[in-house]
Amino acid sequence: MLYREALNKALDEVMAIDDTVVTLGEDVGLYGGSFRVTEGLVEKYGEERVIDTPIAELSIVGNAVGMAIGGLRPVAEIMTGNFSLLAFDQIINHMAKFHYMSDGKIILPMVVRFPQGVSKQLAAQHSESYEQMLCSVPGLRVLSVCDVNYAYHALKFAILSNDPFVFIEHELLYNKKGEVNFEEQLDPFKARIVKKGEDITIISYLKMVDDVMQSIPEIESALNCSCEVIDLCSLNPIDYATLATSIQKTSRVVMVEEDHKTGGFGSQVIAWAAQEMFYSLDAPPLRLAGKDVPIPYNRTLELASIPTPNSIAQEIIAWGRKNDV
Amino acid sequence: MNKLLAQEIYYFMVLGRNFEYAAKENYMQGNVSGFLHLDLGQEAFSVAAMKAFEKGDIFATYREHIMAMARGIAPKAVMAELFGKAEGVSGGKGGSMHLFEPSRFFYGGDAIVGGQIPNAVGCAYARKLQGSEEGVMVIFGDGASNGGAFFESLNIASTHKLPLLFLCENNEYAIGTNIKRSAPFREQAKKAEPYMMTLSVDGMKAEAVYETIKKAQKLIEDGHGPVFVEAFTCRFEGHSVSDPNSYRSTQEMHRCKAKDPLEHFKKELLEKWMCSDKELQEIEQKAQKAVDEAVEFAKNAIEPNTAALLEHVFVEEV
Ligand SMILES: Cc1ncc(C[n+]2csc(CCOP(=O)(O)OP(=O)(O)O)c2C)c(N)n1
Ligand SMILES: [Mg+2]
Repeated sequence: MLYREALNKALDEVMAIDDTVVTLGEDVGLYGGSFRVTEGLVEKYGEERVIDTPIAELSIVGNAVGMAIGGLRPVAEIMTGNFSLLAFDQIINHMAKFHYMSDGKIILPMVVRFPQGVSKQLAAQHSESYEQMLCSVPGLRVLSVCDVNYAYHALKFAILSNDPFVFIEHELLYNKKGEVNFEEQLDPFKARIVKKGEDITIISYLKMVDDVMQSIPEIESALNCSCEVIDLCSLNPIDYATLATSIQKTSRVVMVEEDHKTGGFGSQVIAWAAQEMFYSLDAPPLRLAGKDVPIPYNRTLELASIPTPNSIAQEIIAWGRKNDV
Repeated sequence: MNKLLAQEIYYFMVLGRNFEYAAKENYMQGNVSGFLHLDLGQEAFSVAAMKAFEKGDIFATYREHIMAMARGIAPKAVMAELFGKAEGVSGGKGGSMHLFEPSRFFYGGDAIVGGQIPNAVGCAYARKLQGSEEGVMVIFGDGASNGGAFFESLNIASTHKLPLLFLCENNEYAIGTNIKRSAPFREQAKKAEPYMMTLSVDGMKAEAVYETIKKAQKLIEDGHGPVFVEAFTCRFEGHSVSDPNSYRSTQEMHRCKAKDPLEHFKKELLEKWMCSDKELQEIEQKAQKAVDEAVEFAKNAIEPNTAALLEHVFVEEV
């Protein structure tokens, strides 16, 4: 099953059992979604539950908040992460705060689906990542999806939960293949150990998990070591327990993310590791991230602006050699 | 309009059409990437608007190749940008959606739908403050006129009586969503009516677009404040080259292509402006030559060097 098919199936199944679930966004209906995640849903559930909206992101999220207040379970799709910036007032001042400000009286069971990231030469206004902003706002659950199985289970969970979720997808993963274990009882807040290892804990999320996995053979043979690779999955909350267990075993930690480095989400993970895991560490933590530049169009520059399997391998090998891995 | 101007407009329309086909071909060959929004079918609109509004500031969308060229940006520099080359008009950093050339008062190339409209309002404010003669023209689609930025801009521009021409390219579609499904009426000018004078025009007819923009410009110059022009157009292909255009029926596409602005204007040139076949052929050849040279130039142009990645994040180093 493809990543986008797993998301589609999750939405479809939840819409079938719960008729308060609606989905809204630009071209989600007749067009089937710009990444085809909502394909076939309008035919099944009608235009009243699969709602094509105007190009008005503030209203997409703002209306979803109101729908949730009114008793629905909306799943809003933002076409591309960058466009969510028009909706950030609604995400931050409304979606994230109503439950708290009302002393728990207002409940917002809603999801904002959020495709983002560097795709292929879409340039600066279509390539950025926003988990750092989303995760610094208390009141939002933030999940990130790399794995196909996780996509299916986590989306179902998020839609049926009573909290507001931002559900981050990566634009280059929609056609990724994977198996879904439909019987599994998956905890969406638990990090996923993608590969077991003994010497280095490499933490990542979204597409960078796959890039890290590609870099592993080169790293392991150059450093003659074994790496443990962890997909964070949930970014808020962070599953520190899984990270701690791994770091206690390996005593080394690397964080890899696609986003710009300064103020990026991984700085939270590394700050935690420095503070809480200090006595377990045998080497200074390493953090790999995108450059602090808007994403350029030119392919060579674009690839130079973010970590790639090759640059991940080179940087981890250099760090490993310096630190006697 | 006069014969010379009509010929010039025809030249840029043919150039535009051939340029877009060449861009598409090079996209298929992998020389051009990212999102590529072609302006095929809307050549009359894009060229005539630029030729009528010759001097003021322009704020456009991602569907701006033809406008940029009609504004005087060399086809070579535009094509090289599509190829991501250093000699592209944005140094290869912007691509098809982000053509910028301040020396031609051309400020994008903005790919956030509606995002350029408040910028144009601000620029019009600056021009008013500076006592400048030239106003500002902002081009946006029927999809953008459903957004908050558009409505806020109507309000601010009319409150301050700014020298701003709102030019709505109404092709009835925002990607796959027809305007009838996203707004209560097709005519977007209705939204502007409470705020400013509005004009409507058949955007498939070059001369009509030209005269309408001239009229709007005159109203602005006479101190009427902002003016809204709506041009009804029709795009010949999908939203971008990656859109299969499957939401429009064969009949609808047939009706659309029957309005071919090039054929229509060519007929006008022959009948109204008494151009000879030979004259038109020469124009067509010249336009094709410019496109061929642009592609050749783009192919041979150099890649940006890696240092360019970190350049121009800021003006001043610290
Ligand atoms: C804020 C924002 N939301 C969504 C998009 C995605 N998008 C790009 S173009 C487009 C349709 C715009 O339609 P319209 O304004 O009519 O212009 P046209 O493409 O028809 O020229 C959409 C939805 C975007 N670029 N920016
Ligand atoms: Mg349109």
